[in-house]
Amino acid sequence: MDLSILGYQFMQNAILSAVLGGVACGLIGVFVVLMGLPFIGVAISHAAFAGAMLGLWLDFNPLLGAFVASFIAAAIIGPLADRGELSPDTSVGVIFSLMLGLAFLFMGLMPGTKSGALEILWGSILTNTRSDVMLLGIVAAVVVGLIIAFYKEFQATIFHRDMALAVGIPATAIFYGILFLTGATITASLRPIGGLLIFSLILNPAAAAYQLTYSMKRMFLIAAGFGVLSGLVGLLISYLFNIPSGATIVITSSVIFLISNFLSPKRKVKRWQRPSPLEEGQ
Amino acid sequence: MNGTVVNIEHAVVSYREDVALRGVSLRVRSGEFIGIVGPNGAGKTTLLTIVNGLGKLLSGRVWVLGDYLTSANGHSLRKKVGYIAQLQNIDPRMPVNVREVAMMGRYGLLGLLRRPQKRDWEIIDEVLELVGMTSLARRPIGHLSGGEQQRVALARCLAQEPQIFLLDEPTASLDWRAKTDILELVRLIHDSRKLTTLLVTHDLSALPVACDRVVLMKDGLIWGEGSPAQVLTDEKLSQLYDIPLAAVKARREEAISV
Repeated sequence: MDLSILGYQFMQNAILSAVLGGVACGLIGVFVVLMGLPFIGVAISHAAFAGAMLGLWLDFNPLLGAFVASFIAAAIIGPLADRGELSPDTSVGVIFSLMLGLAFLFMGLMPGTKSGALEILWGSILTNTRSDVMLLGIVAAVVVGLIIAFYKEFQATIFHRDMALAVGIPATAIFYGILFLTGATITASLRPIGGLLIFSLILNPAAAAYQLTYSMKRMFLIAAGFGVLSGLVGLLISYLFNIPSGATIVITSSVIFLISNFLSPKRKVKRWQRPSPLEEGQ
Repeated sequence: MNGTVVNIEHAVVSYREDVALRGVSLRVRSGEFIGIVGPNGAGKTTLLTIVNGLGKLLSGRVWVLGDYLTSANGHSLRKKVGYIAQLQNIDPRMPVNVREVAMMGRYGLLGLLRRPQKRDWEIIDEVLELVGMTSLARRPIGHLSGGEQQRVALARCLAQEPQIFLLDEPTASLDWRAKTDILELVRLIHDSRKLTTLLVTHDLSALPVACDRVVLMKDGLIWGEGSPAQVLTDEKLSQLYDIPLAAVKARREEAISV
């Protein structure tokens, strides 16, 4: 294979984006999978998309719009899901559909060609700039740093929020922090992966890691590794066959999930789950 | 020894249109073991949650361990209050093992940005031994039976080194053997650690053995209190649960024959 392509800055940016985006999305995915937040994550990713569309329409930085919109969505969704006046799925569904409606409204109001909007919708890792990579790098560093610093608080909150509160951990603040981190990761990954596909890159690597380990620390590491692997393999396939990178990255992550699910030791009966000889003899 | 550790004055709690507590007052002395009994919806769980600050008061006041409980000091007070809820469904694939769950009891005490040290893990091993879970210490928590999970919850509370112990139907949905084992452990822990314990339960047969005082609750109010012998009479239970006296006697006999 001709490796001279690695000398080009656009390819270096793409590889860095794949690695950093893979790490951030993989790690955030662990929260999403273990806390049962897929629908909340989808709603936040659509809010980020709507914010980006607003930025494009009103001619300000679309990523700023995405950041603000995803934070606002997280701030609304958190209490809505907690208060329980409607079922969390119903209230989050209302926000999700509203965000999708707003995104298409802003797209429709946009004058001229909609190439910028389509780029954010589908993603284009090969056109990433240094500033895009910087943003992803900052978000990935914040996500990694916070997980290391507050691992025990995250672990307890993931395991059981009410129990975490009862032992004196600020679990509500931790939960909202997780929603904000999800929003920030989605925003930074919008351009390389795309608003429609980003959530798969959050869900699939973590869901794959979930099949393979009973250790939460290992699950974080495996999910980040699968995120990076999805990004790099997807990028390679995209480059080799000249097809959209967002799609190849997400399809790669889905294949990793399917293989992990097939190989999962959690599907097999463990020794400790089998009846004891005494019980077998009864 | 006889100082007041929990003092509730005219507590009113409401969940939207439903009033859970309608002006409840209760004083709990240090070292007491109190059983809280009453029909579903009487406000028993809510009474426990206002002691650890998770329940929101509409009006009234609560003092815990000498401190007036507010939303600002709830976190710090909860570190001194162990809480065990009813058995919960835990995902069998949850990547957390028994030892880690027990250690979570110390997370609040450790505080932010501090990791468990060797001494903390030694404490965990000690409490797991006390509740008879040493052999299962490395097992995923979701693989345990209901009784084993409640033992781990007891270990988690012990690891927290609380001064007050709140138990909300810890034996609900457990079989008879697991029920009696858990309640014996609770009483043992209460005595050996000199705790103050509030136990919500529907298991009336356990109360005379475990409790110093029983509080009867109905419709968000304290309907009666006294020693188990004073308040767990057929007449009072008939009125508390709105069932005929003959039915109470029949159920008692049924419980004894089991």
